[in-house]
Amino acid sequence: MSYLYFPGCSLKSTGRGYEESILPVFEALQMPVKELNDWNCCGATAYMSINELTAFALSARNLALAEKQNPDSRSETVNLMAPCAGCYLVLNKTERYLKEFPDIRKKISDSLKSANLEYKGKVKVRHPLDILVNDFGTDKLSKQVKNPLRGLKIACYYGCQIVRPYAEFDDQHNPITMDRLMQAIGATTVDWPLKTRCCGGSLTGTIQDVGLRLSYIILREAKKRGADLVATACPLCQFNLECFQNKMGRLYHDEVNMPVFYFSQLIGLALGIPAKKLAMERSFVPLKTSDMAKIMEGGTNVRS
Amino acid sequence: MPDWQKWRKIKYEAELDPGFADKIASIPGGEKLFKCIQCGTCSGMCPLSPDMDYTPRQIIAMIRAGFKKEVLSSHTCWLCASCYACTVECPKEIKITDIMYAAKRLAIQEKVYPKRFAIPVLAREFFNGVKRQGRSNESFLLTRLYLKTNPLQLFKQAFLGLQLFYRGRMSLKLESIEHKNELKALLNSLEKEPLMKSKTGTPVATGEGAR
Repeated sequence: MSYLYFPGCSLKSTGRGYEESILPVFEALQMPVKELNDWNCCGATAYMSINELTAFALSARNLALAEKQNPDSRSETVNLMAPCAGCYLVLNKTERYLKEFPDIRKKISDSLKSANLEYKGKVKVRHPLDILVNDFGTDKLSKQVKNPLRGLKIACYYGCQIVRPYAEFDDQHNPITMDRLMQAIGATTVDWPLKTRCCGGSLTGTIQDVGLRLSYIILREAKKRGADLVATACPLCQFNLECFQNKMGRLYHDEVNMPVFYFSQLIGLALGIPAKKLAMERSFVPLKTSDMAKIMEGGTNVRS
Repeated sequence: MPDWQKWRKIKYEAELDPGFADKIASIPGGEKLFKCIQCGTCSGMCPLSPDMDYTPRQIIAMIRAGFKKEVLSSHTCWLCASCYACTVECPKEIKITDIMYAAKRLAIQEKVYPKRFAIPVLAREFFNGVKRQGRSNESFLLTRLYLKTNPLQLFKQAFLGLQLFYRGRMSLKLESIEHKNELKALLNSLEKEPLMKSKTGTPVATGEGAR
């Protein structure tokens, strides 16, 4: 199966590490991925706050483009992979609303027509977690692991929008797809209750005290549960959790110092892709050298 | 008057807007608003309710009672980070996050959102940026946001910006799409559409005249 890839604005700037790790991983797993040509911003949460219909229209253009650029002529449905949780939800929500509410569908298809586009409803919006677990399979993944991350304790943080409001491929209250992937590459996952608690979203840029507290709650809990690092699947979560740790330290008198990586970077490491090719150096908080050694030794240095 | 009574304000029935609930409920699937049992699950789930001036449960009750001015000028809907925790737990399946979006849109339409408050400004700057370029550019967006709200923040955040720039995570290139005209045609065709409709299907009038 081949996939169309919708990067979204974040994966081209602050979340570059996500793009630069998910593409090599898919390449190593021999899953063909093609970037959606001339994609536009999904609208994020901000567009919905100004005008509902134009927010849907923005996403609908992407869906229409995806349908036109179907990479797999044999298959009826077009698999559009959106790694950013925000894009994933907005595209998915638009797809659902276009099916559910004929009134919206009519208005949007009229406006698409004025831009010489058409959407027939064949796109399925997929998250890479869903693709890796359900299309590729964890058994197959664990067979390809070269450097098992044995001894590494990972707190998997899913964030809000992958499982809420629509739980397409995972449990809404206790999602496990990322945990299964991390276990498949040899790591230990931490059982914790904040997997889907809000990281604060864009509040860290607008009302920072409020946003920082939400992120700090998550990091502190991960630390308390003994995690070596937090794995995320959303560029905004990664940014919030990682880039403000100095400020959190000053605000809460607690040195956080918790590495936050994309799950795809960790899979890449396990598959034997060098850290440099996974954009690990773009991170603010590096992996502890002892943890890095564990990975490089192929998991021989198992913590008791 | 003792201190603890000072915050109480009297609102008279005649000052309420009886059509306000209908306007909010006109969003797709919004009619469930009237099924609210005021259980408070939404407020309990919301990670931000401690910072809100009215909790989500209060906002729902106020919308139904017609407290238009209070709802639209409150900080509540702007603090909502769209995490959908309330929406998935609501026993009556009310789309609370979408109701918050509707409140944001009405507040902008009627120009009653809290002044100098960063979040509505961010939303508008984002909206305009995407309309022009088709993509959002984080460094330009944040610079404009801080210039418009609190220029001091520009200096406070400069170090973070530099660190991001150093790691290649912030670019000064303005990202844009190829077919800008296509996007323009698409968005312009919807420009004339009313933002929200009232129950009778007539466009919502703006301002005080709506009552």
